Amino acid sequence: MSKTDTAGLLDDLVSLYLDNHDLITGGSSDTLNKHREEAIQNFRIIGLPSAKNEDYKYSRVEPLFQHEYEKYFTPKKISFRVDDIFRCDIPELDTHLAMVLNGFYLPSSGQLQKLDNGIIVGSLAQAATDFPEIVAKHYNVYAQCNADGLVALNTAFAQDGIFIYVPKGAAEEKPIQIINLLMSEENLMVNYRNLIILEESSHANILVCDHTLSSKRYLSNVVTEIFTGANSTLEYVRMQNEHNNSSQLSHTFINQEEGSSVKTNTLTLHGGFIRNNLHIALKGEGASAQAFGLYLTDRTQHTDNFTFIDHAVPNCSSFEHYKGILDEQATGAFNGKILVRPNAQKTQAYQSNNNLLLTADARINSKPQLEIYADDVKCSHGATVGQIDADALFYMRSRGIGERDAKLMLMFGFAHEIVGQISIPTLRDRLDELVDKRLHGELSRCHTCPMHCC
Amino acid sequence: MLIVNDLHARINDKEILKGINLEVKAGEVHAIMGPNGSGKSTLASVLTGREMVEVTHGQVTFNGKNLLEMPPEVRSREGIFLSFQYPVEIPGVSMVNFMKAAVNEQRKYRGLEPLSATDFLKLMRERKELVEIDSALTNRSVNEGFSGGEKKKNEIFQMAMLEPKLAILDETDSGLDIDALRIVANGVNKLKSPDNAVIVITHYQRLLDYIVPDFVHILYNGQIVKSAGKELALELEEKGYDWIKNGNLKG
Repeated sequence: MSKTDTAGLLDDLVSLYLDNHDLITGGSSDTLNKHREEAIQNFRIIGLPSAKNEDYKYSRVEPLFQHEYEKYFTPKKISFRVDDIFRCDIPELDTHLAMVLNGFYLPSSGQLQKLDNGIIVGSLAQAATDFPEIVAKHYNVYAQCNADGLVALNTAFAQDGIFIYVPKGAAEEKPIQIINLLMSEENLMVNYRNLIILEESSHANILVCDHTLSSKRYLSNVVTEIFTGANSTLEYVRMQNEHNNSSQLSHTFINQEEGSSVKTNTLTLHGGFIRNNLHIALKGEGASAQAFGLYLTDRTQHTDNFTFIDHAVPNCSSFEHYKGILDEQATGAFNGKILVRPNAQKTQAYQSNNNLLLTADARINSKPQLEIYADDVKCSHGATVGQIDADALFYMRSRGIGERDAKLMLMFGFAHEIVGQISIPTLRDRLDELVDKRLHGELSRCHTCPMHCC
Repeated sequence: MLIVNDLHARINDKEILKGINLEVKAGEVHAIMGPNGSGKSTLASVLTGREMVEVTHGQVTFNGKNLLEMPPEVRSREGIFLSFQYPVEIPGVSMVNFMKAAVNEQRKYRGLEPLSATDFLKLMRERKELVEIDSALTNRSVNEGFSGGEKKKNEIFQMAMLEPKLAILDETDSGLDIDALRIVANGVNKLKSPDNAVIVITHYQRLLDYIVPDFVHILYNGQIVKSAGKELALELEEKGYDWIKNGNLKG
């Protein structure tokens, strides 16, 4: 069957599931397995997002699946030490570290680590076996498996990923850092799943970094579900740094209970094709969400941030700010959907998106989408697309700063408004440095990585 | 130091400067006065290399070098400084990083090593005191959220950091109250030496009470129509610009 045909593509993916059903379910607990049947049925009905799907208007997903990929249904034995080939770009940062390799948790000290204050970090597969009640209470509850075929596909295939559990009242200032590595000798598709649970009045900082370590073609379809209990606070920083031959479809669902406070910062430093779906559901009164994002793209890279903030109850606030710099032939999109449901009075929702286009060929589509069904609310949105400020450039040059350096400083200043939102100073400084390196064109050479794959 | 010879320049298709001749020597203070639209700011733009102005005729040399061939950053490194009429806000770029980059570029041009972080901060502190600038300003993004007066003081602070050979003050007095005016003028006077020169562009005599010029030039309709000593500014103040517009002057 031709892989270029949409129906054929769907059939191939369903067959892939059916053919490997025993392998997939064999390595998983019932907690995960019991969702698979419905998920694959949903996928069969919904399919991959097509060009006609309004939510995917600016990102064509189907062609990504038309390549041949290897899929691992059991963790592949690796013949190298990760430490030998990978050095984290944020090394001096003191974190609780967890690694995921090709979608499977990479054990360092057991499948699940328990920190002093009762926080559990480790493998989702193991957690589903060891703590079935906790996992079952939240797993596949917040992800919209019946709305997006990609989420359904992930739910059918997902076997492992990261599990983080922060018990009631526990507060951890030291960031929990998750490093997702892709390293394979063949083209690879991964569907992994993360589950993060913050119980009532708890607090955590989580940093997620995505890296590719070999030059093969990768397709990641990742679902992350986050539950923040009443009065909990979470800062969630996502740093994406993948090579130009990789594609990432990322779906993050955050469910916020009353009085909870969440700040996300999605920093796309490098990547071939990236689609970030961020769904934040404000389900309890007094919840507040801040969503920040930065995308730096060049060559033929494509980054699409689709955010959906659901004001389901009264007295919640959301603040959203995404910024992007697009160079060469890069393309991008920002879609900011805000839904204020009929009873969600006293909602405050603000959104802005600013873009710098460095060339005439770079393109961005910015689309605010506000649906407001309550009458006593404060909402605003704004989007800008512009070039480097010529007056600022001249001002800097008139002080002796060369044109290239002046432009880099201006771009850095533009980006810093987002990076500056990160609360942890050491992390903020390191990400500032990474952004600076990226703007200087250094990350694309992966200078810290001996693979030189990009 | 600076020799401007029969300079003509236009913006879009409009000729703004119609044959400017001017010589500025080290140690001198020149004032250029004139009504709105006479070409004062355009002259500043030409001297600093702003791209929107096109030079159609004439030469400008600075210490013997052809200034018009240099990009703006090289003119700065050669020692030309413009205090902007409207200083630009640059969100996200800190004053410290901005000044460090500028100072080190100037040093590199002269074959000097970059300043160490300690030496740089020491220099900043010294110069802040010299020009009486509030410390807090230099901890912020360049000009962001500064008041009009703070922006102008910040220009003089940058001048103190860069120690130019020729400083062009483009309506530095506009929007300043009398206290800020005094601080700005004091800063300029403290930086004055027999080796450098200043061009003060202004509408009003007021600033010239504080920065006393050796020469006053009246620019009108793209040409310098009269040059004399500091008494010319007083005469102009007394008689108003109509005096020039009515053609009472002989250049």
